[in-house]
Amino acid sequence: MMSLRMTPNPQLTEDGRLRHLLTLDGLPARILHQILDTAESFINADTGEVKKVPLLRGVAIFNIFFENSTRTRTTFEIAAKRLSADVVNLNIGTSSQSKGETLLDTVDNLAAMQANMFVVRHSAAGAAHLIARHVAPHIRVVNAGDGRAAHPTQGLLDMYTLRHFKGPIHNLRVAIVGDVLHSRVARSQIHALTTLGCPEVRVVAPRTLLPRDMQSMGVHVYERLEEGIRGVDAVLMLRLQNERMQGARLPSAGEYYKRWGLTPEKLKYARPDAIVLHPGPMNRGVEIDSEVADGKQAVILPQVTYGIAVRMAVMSLLAGGQT
Amino acid sequence: MKVHIRNGRVIDPASGLDQTRDIFVAAGHVVGLGQGPDGFHPNQVIDATGLVVCPGLVDLAVRLREPGGEHMATLESEMHAAAAGGITSLACPPDTDPPLDEPGLIEMLKFRAKHMPGPRVYPVGALTWKLQGERLTELAELNEAGCIAFSQADARLENTEVLLRALEYARTFDLPVWLHPQDAFIGRNGVAHDGVVAARLGLPAIPVPAETVALSTILLLVRETGARVHLARLSSRAGMEMVRRAKHDGLPVTCDVGIHHVHLSEMDTADFNANCHLVPPLRSLRDRDALRQGLLDGTIDAICSDHAPVDEDAKQLPFQESEPGATGVELLLPLTLKWAREAGLPMVEALGLITHRPAEILGIPAGYLRLGGPADLCLFDPEAAWTVTPASLASLGKNSPYLGLELQGRVRYTLIDGHLDFKR
Repeated sequence: MMSLRMTPNPQLTEDGRLRHLLTLDGLPARILHQILDTAESFINADTGEVKKVPLLRGVAIFNIFFENSTRTRTTFEIAAKRLSADVVNLNIGTSSQSKGETLLDTVDNLAAMQANMFVVRHSAAGAAHLIARHVAPHIRVVNAGDGRAAHPTQGLLDMYTLRHFKGPIHNLRVAIVGDVLHSRVARSQIHALTTLGCPEVRVVAPRTLLPRDMQSMGVHVYERLEEGIRGVDAVLMLRLQNERMQGARLPSAGEYYKRWGLTPEKLKYARPDAIVLHPGPMNRGVEIDSEVADGKQAVILPQVTYGIAVRMAVMSLLAGGQT
Repeated sequence: MKVHIRNGRVIDPASGLDQTRDIFVAAGHVVGLGQGPDGFHPNQVIDATGLVVCPGLVDLAVRLREPGGEHMATLESEMHAAAAGGITSLACPPDTDPPLDEPGLIEMLKFRAKHMPGPRVYPVGALTWKLQGERLTELAELNEAGCIAFSQADARLENTEVLLRALEYARTFDLPVWLHPQDAFIGRNGVAHDGVVAARLGLPAIPVPAETVALSTILLLVRETGARVHLARLSSRAGMEMVRRAKHDGLPVTCDVGIHHVHLSEMDTADFNANCHLVPPLRSLRDRDALRQGLLDGTIDAICSDHAPVDEDAKQLPFQESEPGATGVELLLPLTLKWAREAGLPMVEALGLITHRPAEILGIPAGYLRLGGPADLCLFDPEAAWTVTPASLASLGKNSPYLGLELQGRVRYTLIDGHLDFKR
């Protein structure tokens, strides 16, 4: 009995190099390592600062954000400028789409403006895949977040951060805490961690914030925070969206904070040298206590810096012709 | 019009007939099986050597998209496509725009369909006004205008009081009610089965209880009212087991499954293929296998195409924003044959699920092939392989999960009421 034919991995060229970055799901470990190693080369080992390099001179990168995000768009913009690329920012959420233009019409129009690369954010899962399937072969697509599906550069920068502070991923125990169900960040983290051989990936959340069949992604499910982070090397916190704080899935931000908010007392269950990550923006007093967020185990600000280097790595590998 | 169909493998699932015979057709009826009537002079002779001659297919769910959906497909295009798929009788759900909730709309549809080639059209009327689930439609009037059953199509019926009264009222006239079991709230914003693929892709999910909670309500109300209910588009193993128990308990229920759910599962949505965005969602492989088992053991009474032609623009969108549905009338036969081959089921039994058994649910004299019966016939080449492409589909809906794939079994001739309405 056959199932439908799957299209070949749209992210890779026929000879196995990166063509688009859409998701970390199914991306080989060698590509993940290549991106992380390239990112490392963009960081000055002495100062920890991100270098400026002329790798993408003359390359036109369009940041098209169908869903607003100042933070992610800014880091992509900075990364592109450090590579000396030409950057165009478009907030489509407020223009063409509201005039009824279809997603692919918008893309065609922008492609006609000599774009070499699209950095795309969209509220629907699979939007970046759709665009990647549609564009001309010379155009590259980077997914900057699609629905709840994937946020691959965030997943990569988290891997970079883990590797930088804690060494190889295959020696680490990691817990992801919070609203896994609605989180594209969590999905990208899980795919990256399992691909890089992390021996124990845990997710910690109330049942209402976990997809069914979560175990099929190769993770261990915990409902209680204390047990979930016991003995881990890193705690990856997720943001709880405001609109989820009251309703059918959660009664209140207060109850959530009490049970799943990361406080200094709760953090003691992790290894004493465990690090704490957060993709930002944080809800202090909801998913994370200020004392933890500003504490010495938190690596939340370095994450932002590494995010620029990782995005430079992705864009240079895609556009620069596979260094 | 007198037709002599020579040397075909004649299969009548209702009687179990499966023999090479000649068939003679005159005045819309089968007037000879094996032997023609004395002095029979055909206007046309069809050489059916190598072809199966079976009753025309009966399809319980074909969206013709008129009125209101002409940008997706037209009555003319889909009537032609259905004939190209060997279908000679079809039921069309009321989810048009406006919905089929007034006798005038039904009369217009029946009138227009009658005056173009293609299958006999049996409209399913809206159970509630505008399908809004609040006010009953004029069931008796609509029935007189030609509605053979009443349904909400895929619209949800939130108010269980209305459902109870609708079943009571339908019972008054012994009118059948067709219900697609889906809870009004659970999985309302979902687009995919709540399983491994939705977990991985982050697609808003529809859990199995969306089906089973609704089923449980419906079955309790059937027990209460004694109304005849047909359960449309089962999708889950748990749902199917509930129907099995209900039938065992003697409740007057029947059920069907869409042909795509017999073959596909959530795994086929793993590359965001919008052509696999269906209602109900494609569920797990276990669910799919349970549906196949339900077909074999008789729990499921019929297979339908659940034909939903959708225009290109509505599918060229991210999965969760795309319009659900797949084109189906031309795939119903080859996909049923494919399932029969895979399940090791004789063709005569498999064809029953798309001929006389749905005809019984519709309550129409169709789906059988016998002397004196209607000359609604499908002649197909069971060996012919063809590739599903936009060009190979007559339907204006090119939205098929099977695009690019090869299927076996191709309709050559379709006779409706003795007329050759389709020939390939």
